[in-house]
This record gives sequence, structure tokens and C-alpha cells, in this order.
Amino acid sequence: MKLFIYLFIMIIPFTNIFAVTGNEILKKVDDTITSDNKIAISKMIIHGRRGSRTIEAKTWVQGVEKSFTEYLSPAREKGTKMLKLQDQLWTYSPQTDRTIRIAGHMLRQSVMGSDLSYEDYTEDPKLVNLYNAEIIAEEMFNQRACWVLKLEAQKSDITYHSRKIWVDKERYIPLKEERFAKSGKLLKSLVINKVEWMSDRWVPVEMLFKDQLQQGKGTEFIVESIEFNVNIPDYVFTRAALKK
Amino acid sequence: MVIPKLAFRNIWGAGLRTWLNVVALSFSFVAIIFLQGLYNGMNNQMEKATADAQYGGGQYWQSSYDPYDPLTLNEAHGVIPDDLLKLVDDKKAVPILIRQATIYPNGRFQNVLLKGIPPEQVVLSVPSLFLKTDEETIPALIGNRMAKSTGLKEGDYITVRWRDTNGTFDANEVKIVKVMKTNVPEIDNAQLWIPLDKMRIMTEMPNEATMIVLEKDSQFNKSIANWEYKDLDFLMRDLKALFLTKSIGGSIFYLVLLFLAMLAIFDTQILSIFRRKKEMGTLMALGMTRSKLIQLFTLEGAIHAVLAAVVAALYGIPLLTWVATNGYGLPEATDSYGFALGNRIFPSYTAGLVVGTTLLVLIVTTIVSFLPTRKIAKLKPTDALRGKLT
Repeated sequence: MKLFIYLFIMIIPFTNIFAVTGNEILKKVDDTITSDNKIAISKMIIHGRRGSRTIEAKTWVQGVEKSFTEYLSPAREKGTKMLKLQDQLWTYSPQTDRTIRIAGHMLRQSVMGSDLSYEDYTEDPKLVNLYNAEIIAEEMFNQRACWVLKLEAQKSDITYHSRKIWVDKERYIPLKEERFAKSGKLLKSLVINKVEWMSDRWVPVEMLFKDQLQQGKGTEFIVESIEFNVNIPDYVFTRAALKK
Repeated sequence: MVIPKLAFRNIWGAGLRTWLNVVALSFSFVAIIFLQGLYNGMNNQMEKATADAQYGGGQYWQSSYDPYDPLTLNEAHGVIPDDLLKLVDDKKAVPILIRQATIYPNGRFQNVLLKGIPPEQVVLSVPSLFLKTDEETIPALIGNRMAKSTGLKEGDYITVRWRDTNGTFDANEVKIVKVMKTNVPEIDNAQLWIPLDKMRIMTEMPNEATMIVLEKDSQFNKSIANWEYKDLDFLMRDLKALFLTKSIGGSIFYLVLLFLAMLAIFDTQILSIFRRKKEMGTLMALGMTRSKLIQLFTLEGAIHAVLAAVVAALYGIPLLTWVATNGYGLPEATDSYGFALGNRIFPSYTAGLVVGTTLLVLIVTTIVSFLPTRKIAKLKPTDALRGKLT
């Protein structure tokens, strides 16, 4: 009996009967980064050819289908609002006092000249619904032990055919992400430079988003404050709220 | 015959005053014919270039296609129906597949229309044969305006990002194999032409197209399910509206010229009536009725228009013929206005234009000549003989 127990203990490290799978990691990542609702104040630093611009915004998010953003500064952008309901997007500009639906080719335009397109805003962030994940490596990234997951689209109508993400083994936060075209060409990348414990969870607070087909230093995204599971009135996610 | 004889004699006798009026009026003749000819030529050139390069002899649009609604473009594609496929096989029509895409020239991004066209097509004047290569790389054709705005030149490689039929992103390098010189901005601005077969593979749209362009003078206009026939009248509607606006705008210029010439004729008539009171009294004393006098003075005025037509013909015919042969050069910047014009406009004068203009000037001159003569109707011969005008 002792021999059996000894052999069992010796064999365990070389088997994967308790090993975590890519899809399980992905599910945990989704659980970590999504919440029922949240209100965040963030800064977007857009590094352009002629210098950098900083845009501050407040965002209300409910689930993965509803979000409302109001730009707070600079003065030129103040009052500009953006509403996302499922895969539809509207923007409101106070200068023209008009609401415009963003659709078709306009979804590919960049948001405020950043490396993010409007469709980056509209995509469903629940990756486990869209991709099959496979662990392809284990690496250190920013001095954190990570799983490297390769995500392959489950269906043919997913915006990015494949992705590669570096997931923090301890916190289940993606620290780096690369998004690929069908041809395998790298389209966009996201690097999370700072993660903080806020409102009882790990939150990526500093990240760099980069359109890899464009020149430039990318767009920094800094979360200044965030609240989870707060009560957000329903009227916030209506088109009428854009003009308020 | 007395009145015409008298009228000619008086006109001739007025000397320099007559010739000044005649020359001023002849300018109006030449200006009207030149400007109208210029607009006709512009219209003809634009219509021909646009039909050759873009519209062919009419088009079939996939029912979702609306060139003015980019929001529907993603859905605007369908399998080519058999009737149209037969025309395509006979090279009597050319299928074009259109998708939105993004290019990254010099690290910037720009939205473009990706257009797939068969390289061997002969229906449109797009030099698509340059797209026929054995290279692995996707060859692309762009227009000179597009090349200028993006800084691309032949031999350059550029990254293109598009979505396939399911909406999934794909990206690849394309090689600019030819920068075509075209007058038609609609096939040039923000457009990238690639081989249709490659584009169908890239977008997963086998045997599909967004539109079918028929060959010139095609009589085919059969009703086909899910495809809408658009004739040339419909396709050229905007162009014609543009031409009409330009033509109306241009006519203001020659109306001002005509108005100045008419002012001169009117002044001459007023002066004649004022200065020739004794002559009028004498003629009335000799038995000429007031209406005959009015006829005489009106005819004198109208003869200005006849002489102006002759003078205009003397210098106008060689001048306008020369312009029609050599064309009217346009400034460099005109190319960016969005008109399918090229560097020169070749005016087109029709018989209707020349006859119509002559009649217009003749009638207007006669009316303007007649107006001051109404005063004669109140003239008393005794007062006229004494030089009084009541």
C-alpha cells in the first residue's frame, strides 16, 4: 500500500489529470474582467504624429451589451457621448447637437483618432463565447508567470479570426493580447502595464492599445477610478440620454 | 422697300456710332456661342468618359446596392444570374465586386473601396489587363488621384485590411502594378482595383458580384430577380443635373454681356429719336404715317443685330474653330474638382446653337429697338417740324 501511495505521489507531477485547460482559463479570464455593471473614469492618451492628446471619459457599463461613455475633457471633446446597445453604436456631438449612428464602414474609423476603432468598442468581450482556447506555452511576461493561449474562432463570423493572449496564472488577467487576421497577419495588440487591486478585484489600470498596421506609439488607456456592481438607472442606456 | 432702304442709309450714315454698337453686339454673339459650346463640349466629354470608364451601356445592381449608402454595401453582393452570366461569358458585360477595405499607406490608414474586376474585360476603359500577372502577390490598380493622395507609386506594396462575407477581418499585402491616368474620379478616388477571381477568394464570395456593367449600346434590359436594371439616363442623372447647374451659372455671364449691348442699342434709339425730330416731321409732312415711322426706327435698330451677326461671323468663326480644334486648357486645380474632364475642354457648336443664338439676339434687339419708338406715336407733325417732341 505504501509503495502504491509513493508511486502515486511520484507520478502526479508528470500527468495532466488535474491540469487546467485553455477554455477553463479563458472562462476564468472572462469572469475576472467582466462584471454585471461598472462605472469607470478613464484617460485615453493618443500618441499621434504631431504630439499626444489626452481625453478623459466616464463610462457606464451594464453586462457586455450596454455601455455609455461621456467625454469629460479636453474642452473641445467635452460633452461628446457614445452609446452602445448590443452591436449598435451612436455618438452625440454637442457642437452640432446631432446624434449619429455609427455603422458599416464608419465602425472601422478610429475613435477620436486613437488606435481603437468603433468596432473594437462594439465587440462582445466574453471571449469564451467566441473562441476555443489552447495553451501553447508558459512564459514570464512583465515578471509574471503566464499561460500563453491561442484562441481560434468558433464560428466564421468573428471579427478577429485568432488571438494570442498571455494570462497571468495567479490573477487570471490577460497581460498581453495579439489579434490576427485570417491570413495570420497581426492587426492589433494590447499590453497591460499595470494591474491594481480595486473594488475587491484585480483591475488592469494601464494598458497600451496599438493598431499594428499603423505607424505610431499606440494609444494608452488609464483607469483612474472604477466601481463595480453599482446601480445604474436604465435611462442611461437610451438614445435620449445622449442629448441630456 | 422704301423703309428698308431708308433704314440702311440712316444706319450707314451714322458711321462710328453704328459700328461701335455692332461690335459690342457681336461680342455677345461670340460669347454666347462660345460659352454654350464650351458647356456642350464639357457635357459630351464628361458623358463619354464616364460611360466608357464607369457606366458602359447600363448596369445591373444587386438589389441591396446603393452607391450613396455605405451602410448597405456589406450586403450588396449576390451570385450572378444565368442571363447575365451568359453576357459576361460573351464579354458583353463585366461583373464588379465591391467591398469596403482599409489601406495603410505610409503607416496612416485610409478607407477605400476594394473593387474586383476580371483582368480580360473589354467593356470598360479601365486598364484591367495590368492585373493579369502570375505573381503570388495580389496585384492592384489605382488611379492618378488616388496615387497622389496616398503617395503610392507603381511597384509599391501596401497592406490592405478587409472583411470576408462573414465579417471576419483579413489582411494582406497588395502590389501596385499600375497607376492609371483617368479623367473619371468615380473610378479613381479612394479605390483599389484587384482581379475579381482573387477578390472572390479573399472575401469568400464565389461567383458573386455587386454590379454587372453592360457593354456600350447594349439593348439588354431584361427584368431579373434580385438585380435592378439601371439605364444610362438614370446613371447619368447626377451628371446632367451638374451640367445644367453649370450651364445656368455660365449663362449669367453672357446675359450681362447681352444686357450691356442692348443698353447701347436702347441709348442709340433714344438719341436718334431725340436728334431726328425735324427729319421725322418732314417725313410725316411728306405723307409717312406714324406706324411707318415706328417701323423705320425699329428696323434701324434691328439692322444692328444683322450687322453684328456678320461681324461676329468674320472674327468668330476662325476664333471658335481654332478653340474647338485645340481645346480650352483648364487650370491644374480643376482636376481635383471631381469632374471627368481631363486637361482640356473641346467646345462643341451645333447648328441649333448658332441659329438659336442669332434668332435670340435678333429678337431681343428688335424689341429693344422698338421700345423707345413708341414715343413717335404721340408725335404731331407741326411740333416735329419745329423740333419739339411732346
